[in-house]
Amino acid sequence: MGKPSDLVQGTLDLLILKTLSIESRHGWAIAKRIQQISGEVLQVQQGSLYPALHRLEQQGWIKAKWAESETGRQAKFYSLTAAGRKQLESEAANWNRLSEAITLIMQEV
Amino acid sequence: MRWTHKLRMRLQTLFLRGRASDHLQDELQFHLDQQIAENVANGMSPEEARSAALRRFGNPAVLRDQAREAWSWGWLEFLLRDLRFGMHGLVRTPGFSIMAILVMGLGIGANVALFTVIHSVLLRPLPFKHPNRLVRVYEADRRTGFHDNIMDGGSFAVWQSQARSFEQMAIKKTVQYDLAGTEGQLPEVVDAELGSWNLFPLLGVQPALGRFFSASDDRPEANATVVLTWRLWKRRYGGDRNVLGKTVLIDAKPYTVLGVLPAWFTYPNARVQLWTPLYHERSAGSMQSFFSHNFDVVGRLKPGVTIDQANAELNLVQQGIRKRFPEGPVNDAINIRPILNAETYKVQAGLYALFAATGCLLLIACLNIANLLIARAATRRRETAIRTALGSSRARILREQIIESLLLSCAGGAVGFLLASGILQWMIQARPDIPRVDSIHIDGIAVLFAVGLMLVCGFLAGLVPALSSSGKHILQALQESSRSTSGGRSGVRLRRMLLSLQIGLTVVLLIGAGLLLKSYRHLRSVDLGCATNDVLTMRINLPRGTYKTGTQMTAFYERLLERVRSLPGVKAAGLTSGLPGDGQGRDDVYHIVDHPPLPPGVVLDASTRFVDPGYFHAMQIPLLQGRVFRREQQLELVPEAVINEALARVQFAGEDPIGKHIASGVSDNDETYEIVGVSANTLEDVSGNPRPTIYYSISVGSARTAALAVRVAAPHDPLNLALPVQKAISGIDPALPVTDVLTMNQLINQSTGDASFSATLVLAFAVISLLLATVGLFGILSYIIEQRTTEIGIRIALGAERGQVMHLILKDGLRPAVLGLVIGLAASVEVARLLQSMLYQTPGLDPLVYLIVSGTLLLAATLACVVPAWRASRVDPMVALRKE
Repeated sequence: MGKPSDLVQGTLDLLILKTLSIESRHGWAIAKRIQQISGEVLQVQQGSLYPALHRLEQQGWIKAKWAESETGRQAKFYSLTAAGRKQLESEAANWNRLSEAITLIMQEV
Repeated sequence: MRWTHKLRMRLQTLFLRGRASDHLQDELQFHLDQQIAENVANGMSPEEARSAALRRFGNPAVLRDQAREAWSWGWLEFLLRDLRFGMHGLVRTPGFSIMAILVMGLGIGANVALFTVIHSVLLRPLPFKHPNRLVRVYEADRRTGFHDNIMDGGSFAVWQSQARSFEQMAIKKTVQYDLAGTEGQLPEVVDAELGSWNLFPLLGVQPALGRFFSASDDRPEANATVVLTWRLWKRRYGGDRNVLGKTVLIDAKPYTVLGVLPAWFTYPNARVQLWTPLYHERSAGSMQSFFSHNFDVVGRLKPGVTIDQANAELNLVQQGIRKRFPEGPVNDAINIRPILNAETYKVQAGLYALFAATGCLLLIACLNIANLLIARAATRRRETAIRTALGSSRARILREQIIESLLLSCAGGAVGFLLASGILQWMIQARPDIPRVDSIHIDGIAVLFAVGLMLVCGFLAGLVPALSSSGKHILQALQESSRSTSGGRSGVRLRRMLLSLQIGLTVVLLIGAGLLLKSYRHLRSVDLGCATNDVLTMRINLPRGTYKTGTQMTAFYERLLERVRSLPGVKAAGLTSGLPGDGQGRDDVYHIVDHPPLPPGVVLDASTRFVDPGYFHAMQIPLLQGRVFRREQQLELVPEAVINEALARVQFAGEDPIGKHIASGVSDNDETYEIVGVSANTLEDVSGNPRPTIYYSISVGSARTAALAVRVAAPHDPLNLALPVQKAISGIDPALPVTDVLTMNQLINQSTGDASFSATLVLAFAVISLLLATVGLFGILSYIIEQRTTEIGIRIALGAERGQVMHLILKDGLRPAVLGLVIGLAASVEVARLLQSMLYQTPGLDPLVYLIVSGTLLLAATLACVVPAWRASRVDPMVALRKE
């Protein structure tokens, strides 16, 4: 059961956590936000988004609450937990290290 | 806190799965609606917006499944779904399911039962402290190669003082006692053990009540004491604590009850009712003798000492004893067996052979079910192909098939478990001679074994067909199903192979059963050398207390015979200390006075039988020469002996034994006995050879146990006379219990019970396997013909004879049978070699058995093939061709 993955494995988790670090959002808003911020470069497929959200929820990094959305409909809002915040920090640090390293290599060679 | 959150999530996803599922649905719907709203906002019509959104969104069902996969317990959900699918599949075809469950149940049940017996009897340690250090010690003889002889008291004393490998050694002997109360309670004959005082401490047993013997109880001059087993205490004394210190009558002498053994203590077997101290019961002289071999020795090795070391040390000690007694029946070696092995080695081969047979049966059951499942898979090829085409993964289909067969094997296991407890109950009834039979029960390990079997069988039976129905040729399968001219060839080839294997195993079982049966028939047709029909036997035991002297005993025997002979229907009656076919009894050393002295180290040994003069006539043992003792001499000590042919032929080759003299110590003072007659041989063991035997007059003997043999006039049932004879006995001595009331034929049945049991069971397994194989053959051939109907139709349309078609199909069906037969015959040669030790006068390669088995198998195979073949030859070409 292959999953469509447009993003580097594990990066989507980081992006979701980062997106939720400011405020709680529902799935649609998370996808839209990533799309907008990245200047339409990153397209999050639903087939990756929802499994990722549910996985993070099972992990206890994000929690969900049903609340009224901007259109007045009930929607599932995700927010970071304390553990999720820690996870975000460590993953962000990881990412920075990795991307710096890659950048260095790209410049040198 | 994270783990509490995770736990809550896990519990929620487990128990609130339905709600979570609804929520997921809502969540995805919301996303879709947002997309539609956006599309509308971008200026699409609602219709357009919707289909564009859906296009972008993808397959909602797949998306839902992908999200669900992130949930915990996903495996459980899939498992439950597959289980449900499997159940549906099985319920849809109840005939198949029931058949498969029963076949599997039979295989698992038989195996669990046999495993339980083997584990309980042969493998589970005896319930003593450090059982791995407990051993039994036997005397052995280098010259004759005999190595399980019972011990003499003299050698035992030497061992005890010299052997360093042992922490302790104890000695015991099995006897029968008359047990009675001091207040006129009913007497009974009980199995009892005489044991040295240190036996219980050696085994590490604590009394449940009172105390065990002390060293001072275990002397000839001590007061008579007894320890009761738990069973006897419960049964005869109602579990009354006040029995301690009370007096009971054993062989009409008073014994003080010292204590009660714990309930679990059933050593050496559960029939033993009481224990008395050996050195009190037997005279000091007899316990010091090096010549009378009567006792069992139990030892506890020192920690760290191996059996080999103990063996080496004790062998030296025994060789020293032999040097002191170069003449006389003193053995020159010893043999040590671990205690568990010593108690059970006699039934070991038989039980393992039966276990192997049940193993074959289970394998056959698995193959049969695999075969059925392949047939099912074949009929579902199209379904499988369509599902594969629609994206169902191969792993999923494989998993479903294995789950289906696991379901079958689990249901079969449940049936088998019930069956096993039934089989065990029956076995315990049918085979009381198995040692430790009382300890046979299904325990945790047996349950584990059953579960293990279930899983292995399930995987085995499921994996083979699952792998055979590979999804590689979807297209081919889809095409085939529309033109079934040569459908599923690969499946058929696999089924044929499995069938050949199954038939091979069946042949092995059939041949094993055939050999065992033939051996049993040999055993049963053995001529004991005496009358066996119309003979009633029973055993009496004259207690020491009432019958103090030989004269009293002889007088009783005389009166008894007189009364019994006068009963209507009785043709003849006699007494003996040991009946033919009842096993080896007492034997003694003798020499022939008229012959030159024997070279040092050589001793003559013969079985000793005390009989009354009428015994030979009553048992129809022919007298070859001379005469029997004279009846009128019966009350005197007759210094005469009758020898049997086996002794006469060896010791008196070329001379007349009549008038020669034998010297032996059968009575208390060394006597010589004049040989007055030679009788024909009788057998002590059904499977043995005639042993040299000397018959003395019963008045000579100190035989307290005697068997009464009564031959009845032909039309009478010997058992009908049991009551009148017992009445006659109680007419003389009402306190005298009678045991083992059996006809001669029943007695032989008892001693051949082991052989008959194994033979019958293996035969039953073989017949079941044959039936399964036949059904399998029938099934596969019917299936092939179904597949080839069109082809056959064309052949007939083109002018093939019906006979030719039938011939073709028969050949097709018989090929796996013949292949299986060849495999089976080859395997049987090896199996027969393993069975050889259980076979009596039957060669492992008995041609008749092999011939009959081959014939039976081919006949059964032909029968299974004839019906489908005949049906094939009746195919109407028009119907067959229009079928598609």
